[in-house]
Amino acid sequence: MTLHRNSVAPANARSLPIRQLVLTLVGWSIALIIFFPILWMVLTGFKTETAAIADPSFLFSPTLESYQAVHARSGYARFALNSVVVAFGSTFLALLIAIPSAYAMAFLPTKRTKGTLLWMLSTKMLPPVGVLVPIYLIFRDVGLLDTRTGLIIIYTLMNLPIVVWMLYTFFKDMPKDILEAGRMDGASTLQEVFFLLLPLTLPGIASTGLLSVILSWNEAFWSLNLTSSKAAPLTAYIASFSSPEGLFWAKLSAASTMAIAPILIFGWMTQKQMVRGLTFGAVK
Amino acid sequence: MATLQLKNIIKQFGDTKVIKGIDLEVNDREFVVFVGPSGCGKSTLMRMIAGLESASDGDILIDGKRINDVGPADRGLAMVFQSYALYPHMTVEANMGFSMRLAGVPKEERRAKVLEAAKILQLEPLLDRKPKALSGGQRQRVAIGRAIVRNPSIFLFDEPLSNLDAALRVQMRIELARLHEELDATMIYVTHDQIEAMTMADKIVVLHDGVVEQVGSPMALYHHPRNRFVAGFIGSPKMNFLPVTLTGVTPEGVEIRLPGGGERSVPVDGVHLDANATLELGVRPEHLVLDEQGPLSGQIKVLERLGGQTSLYVQMDDELITIMADGDVAYRVNDTVRFGFAPERAHLFDAGGLALTSLQQHPLARLTRQDNRAATESASPGEQV
Repeated sequence: MTLHRNSVAPANARSLPIRQLVLTLVGWSIALIIFFPILWMVLTGFKTETAAIADPSFLFSPTLESYQAVHARSGYARFALNSVVVAFGSTFLALLIAIPSAYAMAFLPTKRTKGTLLWMLSTKMLPPVGVLVPIYLIFRDVGLLDTRTGLIIIYTLMNLPIVVWMLYTFFKDMPKDILEAGRMDGASTLQEVFFLLLPLTLPGIASTGLLSVILSWNEAFWSLNLTSSKAAPLTAYIASFSSPEGLFWAKLSAASTMAIAPILIFGWMTQKQMVRGLTFGAVK
Repeated sequence: MATLQLKNIIKQFGDTKVIKGIDLEVNDREFVVFVGPSGCGKSTLMRMIAGLESASDGDILIDGKRINDVGPADRGLAMVFQSYALYPHMTVEANMGFSMRLAGVPKEERRAKVLEAAKILQLEPLLDRKPKALSGGQRQRVAIGRAIVRNPSIFLFDEPLSNLDAALRVQMRIELARLHEELDATMIYVTHDQIEAMTMADKIVVLHDGVVEQVGSPMALYHHPRNRFVAGFIGSPKMNFLPVTLTGVTPEGVEIRLPGGGERSVPVDGVHLDANATLELGVRPEHLVLDEQGPLSGQIKVLERLGGQTSLYVQMDDELITIMADGDVAYRVNDTVRFGFAPERAHLFDAGGLALTSLQQHPLARLTRQDNRAATESASPGEQV
């Protein structure tokens, strides 16, 4: 790269590193600003309660005190299991519904397809609290309160617009010719989807699924309002540390760190896939 | 082996008619080329034959059976797409065997058939590669191979060579012609390139704005274009058109006055002409000859030397006339040249753009590649057992 730049554009050779330095600094600053709360939370989790409410400082003697306290208090594993089941369950269900719908919209569009897509997305602009009471009452009447099934349903509904929309754009990018060639070769619609469409759009489907998992994992509004103990996921677990005993920052931070750790590691492992998927249409 | 008939095919998208009633017959083992400018409906027509698009009206018949409502896979056709449309996640072998895999053909049988096709196309060393590891020409051959293994009654080619570079295109053109001989199958080929049409077709179908302008052998279209559109579309460089004045009609032809005053008699049928009809003269660049005594003259604006030939672009009044001359002409830009043409090489078009019928049929106008083959077969009956 350097060689190439020097040999082709010697005039730019001097100005480019400065430009690059500035851009790098800006990039790092933004990344740090975004990451700082998480960093601070992790640090606070290793402080004592007194240190946590003292003047903010990076210098402290780390302790596992809070983690021990958090661990002693309640079953992290149960909440974590609920989170996993609900996040992956709702993602699976959402994909199951969204793949056929996105297929129809991408390959057999009608005059109203664009409108339907926009309408679906517009439901995401509605504040969820607007439908809290009706949903709560419905859930109560059909016995879905504090059940994983209930949460899976609500998360599926919550993520479906985004999942359909994303899959739609990925499917749109798929060359139509390939599907038509498949049709000429005798593929039924199902075979077309399983043998051609899914393998070829797998990166897109994977990143859509990952996004759906992350959104479901981090969702707090519905989980706090619709669950109490049995089906409560990690978001409810964190919340349980804030109210009843006052604010214990160190314990709260320790609990939060434990709650986001799985998804953070998961996200970090799959980030290559995520970035590829999210920029799929933009950079070819 | 199959015949295809189209009866009054119409295709409408909303209120726009893109195919406006097409009738056509494709004979068994014929190589038919649909040619026309972009947007003429040639691809849509092919997609309707393939079954990827439904006809709004009319009948499509293969071997006399109406197949409008038959699915694309069950029509017994195979299509080669412009983009090749290979399955990128499958090897060459899997690509070619996909249709058989869907049909539940056992693995060994699949492999045997794929190998057979690969042999014809010299693809054997590439069977384990994925499409992205192939060159353009190789991908093209895989796409053709995928069609061959299906053993279709009719091959459909949708501008298969337009993604290849010029040298490869010539090579694939020859290969396709050879393949047609070898497979002895009916082939329909869509292109906007009239050279591909001229070189490969038994029968050319010239399409324009959703209607068939003319159907005929390459030489028939070249020597006897039915109208001004076909005359201008077939042949390269394009035919020259000049406004001329009608001076008389005789049994031997139509007498005209050329721009610049010269008079000629063109051997076409003009009995139906009005005395003051507007006419247009059409002469191909290769039929214009430089001639000191020629009736036409103009100033050379551009001169392209190709070595063996020289193209002269000559300004005559408002028209830029193209002349294909010998490679050794000594003219230079801005020289004035005189030129003429043999009247039997000229075409006359009436105000509606229709050609006046030639009084003499060109001897080669009926020649097709199929006639050639039939001729050799009948000439040596002893060897054809």
